[in-house]
Amino acid sequence: MTAAAGNKDYLQQSEAVRERFERLKQRPVTLEVRGLHKQFQGSEGPVTALRNINFKTHQREFVCVIGPSGCGKSTLIRILAGLESATEGQVLLDDKPVYGPGPDRGMVFQGYTLFPWLTVKKNVMFGLLQSGAPRARAESEALQWIDLVGLSRFADHYPHQLSGGMKQRVAIARALANQPRILLMDEPFGALDAQTRAKMQSYLMDIWQHIDITVLFITHDLDEAVYLADRILVLKAHPGEVQELIEVPVPQPRSPEQRLSPEFIATKQRLEELIHPPGSEEDNSDHLDMVRLVPLDSEVRSVL
Amino acid sequence: MSHSTPLLAVRRELPPRQRRFVTLLSFLLPLLLWCAVSYVPGLWQPLVKITDPGSVSYFKPGMQIEKALFRQETAKAEAAGTALPAGEPANPVYLPAPHEVATALYTSFVTEPARRSEKWLHESLWESIQVIFWGFLLSSLFGVPLGILAGTFPFFSRLIEPFVEFFRYLPAPAFGALAVAILGIYHAPKIAIIFIGTFFQQVLIIANTTRKLDPSLLEAAQTLGAKNRALVFKVVVPGILPELYRDMRILLGWAWTYLIVAELIGTSSGITWFITQQARYKNFDNVFAAIIIIGIIGLASDLLLAALGKRLFPWDKQSKGDRA
Repeated sequence: MTAAAGNKDYLQQSEAVRERFERLKQRPVTLEVRGLHKQFQGSEGPVTALRNINFKTHQREFVCVIGPSGCGKSTLIRILAGLESATEGQVLLDDKPVYGPGPDRGMVFQGYTLFPWLTVKKNVMFGLLQSGAPRARAESEALQWIDLVGLSRFADHYPHQLSGGMKQRVAIARALANQPRILLMDEPFGALDAQTRAKMQSYLMDIWQHIDITVLFITHDLDEAVYLADRILVLKAHPGEVQELIEVPVPQPRSPEQRLSPEFIATKQRLEELIHPPGSEEDNSDHLDMVRLVPLDSEVRSVL
Repeated sequence: MSHSTPLLAVRRELPPRQRRFVTLLSFLLPLLLWCAVSYVPGLWQPLVKITDPGSVSYFKPGMQIEKALFRQETAKAEAAGTALPAGEPANPVYLPAPHEVATALYTSFVTEPARRSEKWLHESLWESIQVIFWGFLLSSLFGVPLGILAGTFPFFSRLIEPFVEFFRYLPAPAFGALAVAILGIYHAPKIAIIFIGTFFQQVLIIANTTRKLDPSLLEAAQTLGAKNRALVFKVVVPGILPELYRDMRILLGWAWTYLIVAELIGTSSGITWFITQQARYKNFDNVFAAIIIIGIIGLASDLLLAALGKRLFPWDKQSKGDRA
């Protein structure tokens, strides 16, 4: 155990941050999850994926959900989107229970899921046309959203002509075009390389600051969670349960330089403790002994 | 430094020049084999074509007989001291040489039919194309929607597929007599055979293609507010269209194979009638010509459809790697 364990620095909030959280909690609740359970029928009896999940998101709040693999974070967001049903519990949107998928909860998937047969513009128009908007209005609105994500030049391109980051921007525009109450994002930047991911995070922050949207964002990247979130919902695995709900003490609006600030580092350390507790890693020094086929350190002369 | 790709590299596309060359080779090699067998003396030539019957009573000029028999009769005549038969080595009449078939490709079109009631080759071909067209169209009219329904809704999958699975094992030609009894002897039973041969496969293949559609596209559409109807017509149908088109090209090829059986049913007609008729007259050059014409029509229509597919579905990544 290192001295970092039990470090409560991340609980220290500056005056401005504390006031901000107080104001945030005054805002109306957009999404509420009450006593959510999810059980799967596995080959060896029932498996509990989620147990007693409770939380609320407030209007214009950015909440990240983080946890080790197998904690059911993807199951959770799929239940919120209505793509799967909960075994028990309720999902309330603006105090009304929701069943099944709907345009009031926009979703961005890790795998882009753009319609390959539609151009960027028509992809973004899809939801608008579904809700019965006339074609001309849908088109002009779609173009505004495409402009917001900076892809005006690519409005008539097909998805296969775009890079991963661009595709994901289209997916965000497509979800936002429906003006959902909440934007659900399931590891949206997971498939992108590090540079593109950093850029996309800034883009998303930028968009979020400019429009009235609540975001629930799933990630397994600790850095990403601290950088983006107002609050972080930390889940643990087997079964998936809420471990802690962390209020991120890093002031808003965020900028990449804050990654080096003490609050940022303290929060990240706390996440590290929760998700990779010391001693949980397997010791593999035994296995190294078995690797006799490669020259050992001592057999290779050091250049120093 | 540029490396030239080796000719045999696992899953590595050949450079364009080599690709064209190898494509040409795939036609050239069988042709070369055919030429060798036809023109190189002694390579095969299992028969003797009689030029002079000599004293053998049943030999006639132009007659083809087994080499062994020829030798036997020659020996007999030699022993008896009568006139020796003469002949030259020849291939069987059912294997005409390439140049004969090439000529037949032209002459079979311009040769007047033996009887006035009979059809010219181009008329026979046109008849065949019509039968294929109607058979395939009718099959697709029912098969495509049923396949899409079965691939989209498990309810329809359960309702349709078990029976179709059973029926597709029943050989289409087995329904020939039944089709004639019900539909008469002209085109209708032939169209019915092509329908039976194509339809059941079509439903299953298209149901499978529909099931292969990325389910996350359907989920995305649902989170954008699409309901059942829109999911089918705005997501499933456009989503599978390029694959569906490829399936249809393959199925059209199958329809051609059923054509030959279909045309033998009732009054034999179309290209099959031409082939059987010419075989009866022992005009095997014409038979080969007709078979090659079927091949050319098949390949040409498939290449045409492939090219059309590329224009129809510009977003389709797979069609870029398509042949040609």
